[in-house]
Amino acid sequence: METMTTIDLSALIAGVADTIAAHAEELTALDRAIGDGDHGLNMKRGFEAVRAETAPLSEKPLPDALKAIGTKLVMTVGGASGPLFGTLFMTLGKEISSEPRRAEFAAALGKAIDAVAARGKSQLGQKTMLDVLYPVQAAIAAGKTGREVAEAADRATEATKPMKAIRGRASFLGDRSIGHVDAGARSSALIVRAVAEMLEPGA
Amino acid sequence: MKNVGIVIVSHSPKVAEGTADMVRQMVGEEVPLAWCGGNPDGGLGTQVGAIMAAIETAWSEAGVAVLVDLGGAETNSEMAVEMIGEPRASRIVICNAPIVEGAVMAATEASGGASLKDVVATAHELAPA
Repeated sequence: METMTTIDLSALIAGVADTIAAHAEELTALDRAIGDGDHGLNMKRGFEAVRAETAPLSEKPLPDALKAIGTKLVMTVGGASGPLFGTLFMTLGKEISSEPRRAEFAAALGKAIDAVAARGKSQLGQKTMLDVLYPVQAAIAAGKTGREVAEAADRATEATKPMKAIRGRASFLGDRSIGHVDAGARSSALIVRAVAEMLEPGA
Repeated sequence: MKNVGIVIVSHSPKVAEGTADMVRQMVGEEVPLAWCGGNPDGGLGTQVGAIMAAIETAWSEAGVAVLVDLGGAETNSEMAVEMIGEPRASRIVICNAPIVEGAVMAATEASGGASLKDVVATAHELAPA
């Protein structure tokens, strides 16, 4: 993963869309526990819409492809997740070059996560996708392997369990949000693992 | 139309349409009005594309006040405004107000020819302190 020039974007899209589809019910169940129960369906709708555009997306330079993926997610996911995941990919596309090296990718990802935080008016520790994305960014910046990055994502997901939700629908539940994994954290970790496995088989 | 437009964004198309009915009862055709609600599968939710279309429908050179219900409606509306971009974006305000009361009060204010600033202020007076 020193450079990302050899990325097979169509395989990446398929990998992420497959993962989201396979876990849609699990994500919805997580969301139903402390939210409105549409996260799995929404994410699946969005990534299937991205999958449908695989051919034209694969022809674009990486930054343009990422921006287009983000826009597609914004327009199709619905819920707050659409703008949040959409902003992640759109900003990543804006900040990255066509052939990013690891340090550049890590810096761009950091800015993309900051944009998600601004979009959601949230920050670390509020039981959201940010609680997975920031540790993932730190692991990438620290030169960890794909497997280690994916493991960091899983650990960070689990760490949302004892947190009390401060943002989003789950925050309406107050203390009752404690003891459940955040659905957006879980879907973030699923995407991270799918990408890590694709870039580094065996991760 | 010179009057400020009103857009209603609810997770529920029934809430959005019902709120729009209440607005129409107060202001008739004096105020540009549009509503949207629901996800593409017919369930509850909000969509950026639908919000952009509603803002287009209710567009007024005097601006548009958007009334939303829960979090996702607000986040999606903010995204929609950003995607619409300037020069219109700075004349679209997402109100911090209860959706039904806010829409009716904002529209009533708008029907008298009030500025976007005053329309929004009227809605904001309804927000819990």
